[in-house]
Amino acid sequence: MTHPGTDRMTRLLALVPYLTARPEGVAVAEVARDFGVTERQLRSDLELLWMCGLPGYGPGDLIDLSFEGDRVRVTFTAGMVRPLRLTTDEAVALVVALRTLLELPGLAEREAVSTALAKVSAAAGHAADHVTPVAVSVDAREEALAVVRDGLERRRALHLHYYVPTRDERTERTVDPMKLHYVDGKWYLEAWCRRAEGVRLFRLDRVDDVVVLDEPAAAPPQAHERDVENGVYQPEPGSPAVRLRLSRSARWVADYYPVDEVSPVEAPAGGLAVTVRTADLAWARRLVASLGGEAVVDEPAGLAREIAADARAALRRYGVDAAPTPADAG
Amino acid sequence: MAAKRAERLVNLVIALLSTRQYVTAARIRATVPGYEADDGSDRADEAFKRMFERDKAELREMGVPLETGRTSVFDTEDGYRIARADYELPEIRLTGEEAAAVGLALRLWESAQLAGAAHSALVKLKAAGIDVDSSRAIPLQPRLDAGEPAFEPCYAAARDRRKLEFDYQRPDEDAPTRRHVQPWGVVAWHGRWYLVGLDLDRQAPRQYRLSRVVGTPKVTGPAGAFEPPADLDLAEVVARQVGGQEQLVVVRARPGTAIGLRRHAVPLGPADDGDDRLELRTTEPGALADQIAAYGDDVLVEAPAEVRDAVISRLTRLAAMGETA
Repeated sequence: MTHPGTDRMTRLLALVPYLTARPEGVAVAEVARDFGVTERQLRSDLELLWMCGLPGYGPGDLIDLSFEGDRVRVTFTAGMVRPLRLTTDEAVALVVALRTLLELPGLAEREAVSTALAKVSAAAGHAADHVTPVAVSVDAREEALAVVRDGLERRRALHLHYYVPTRDERTERTVDPMKLHYVDGKWYLEAWCRRAEGVRLFRLDRVDDVVVLDEPAAAPPQAHERDVENGVYQPEPGSPAVRLRLSRSARWVADYYPVDEVSPVEAPAGGLAVTVRTADLAWARRLVASLGGEAVVDEPAGLAREIAADARAALRRYGVDAAPTPADAG
Repeated sequence: MAAKRAERLVNLVIALLSTRQYVTAARIRATVPGYEADDGSDRADEAFKRMFERDKAELREMGVPLETGRTSVFDTEDGYRIARADYELPEIRLTGEEAAAVGLALRLWESAQLAGAAHSALVKLKAAGIDVDSSRAIPLQPRLDAGEPAFEPCYAAARDRRKLEFDYQRPDEDAPTRRHVQPWGVVAWHGRWYLVGLDLDRQAPRQYRLSRVVGTPKVTGPAGAFEPPADLDLAEVVARQVGGQEQLVVVRARPGTAIGLRRHAVPLGPADDGDDRLELRTTEPGALADQIAAYGDDVLVEAPAEVRDAVISRLTRLAAMGETA
């Protein structure tokens, strides 16, 4: 948290109302869990509150808590019965997130989200007037999402028709779904792929068809969740190096794919030299060709020659004669 | 926060909530424990003043509605109070499913600012008696605002309606340029974050990709410096600019090739040379030209001429790579 002090104050002001709303008492460990702090921290908060109360600060004025076994109950509130109103940031966090959920296609809890949004907006009152500073618009065209969610919730295996852009081919496979991720505006299904015998991420906009099978999803115990915190593409250490020079408008490649040895270059101006490690030269060839000259392959030289030869063949179909290279001439 | 200060602040809130009268600073000093006592010295007065100012600022920053005023015309100085109706979160009751939806929604935030706000909102809802079970396993991990360092300063400036200046690097320009903007809001449009606002140098609404903001944006001038348009729809502003006009493109593809293009194409039947004619729709002709060029001689653009020329110029640059390598 950015403001540990404010956090503690928010908690201190919320604790007595929290206990007031639960007159039968709550286990200390459960309170700590609800407030996201350690039991030790929570006990020190409760001890502090015990010292607080109404002016006069006599025995009948101070907040009173009673401990029975591991449970805590409030017996005198000193007038702290309701939590503080939501701040603008809190109202934004709640309202915008709920609105975003409403935009997600195939959401089973749609009705509940929509009524929760209405209730939360009403309770946020004035603070919700300021929610305009943030909006989220999700690309809602993912038809596959509803089916995939259904499979996940019923724990059923899925049969996918999946487009693999790096090889430009359609594949068919049966997978055991594990989790859905939404990263940078794209949905990914994380699943155990029975064909590849490994955990794979499937981008939902590349799923051409999906059906829920009538058999249970059973990802084997060795299926570990991938860490998608640092992007969905994982580097391949030890693979051959492809050295590229990216022009300014292709610099995004360095953010999108795992690259190393990044250094600025003079030509083209504002460009970057990067190294991509991949065993899949067909992928690299397709990537560079799709950058339409905004990336130049420095190594391996064979890859550069292949890409140039492909381009010349295509140009001939357009009736354009590309300048012959020294290799062609010689 | 030091325990002594936290204790003093809680006592101050309780004291001001418990009265309808405005309480003067001197009275607060005399009753609420923890303030520098009045021993008649200027030093002690100065220390109290500083402490009390800091405490007021802290409470206001937390959203405590601290009112200033006088109870009667005979009062000689302003006092303070907290109106219970303004302080307390109104009654809110959620069903189990609604509470679960709130729990899920609050996990969308990743940035420190809004994740922190989401956490404290959750604490307040729980304190209002709502049982939000945030441990319920939902096999869904949405992320909204991960990895945009410009998000927090832009959001805060839009919230406070303060002018903002920052360096912005357009991909087609050599160096970043300084922009002066009235920030209206930040919006995620199909996974990309934009700042929408009035560009003060151009006197026109603009949107800026947050990933192209260089360095940390700086706020200038006071809060509440402007009003965004009343009928503002942030997502719509971006959609209008970024979405663009849809164009029809007709290509020929060799049978069995260009699977990626065919996924979104309408087949128009075979051409005289046996290739398949395909109709494509795009709002981003540049991106489509990139994709087509990567298919090499498997795909040929028939129309329109602009897309055909765009593909030819890409292929011409690619063909030159053999010379420079």
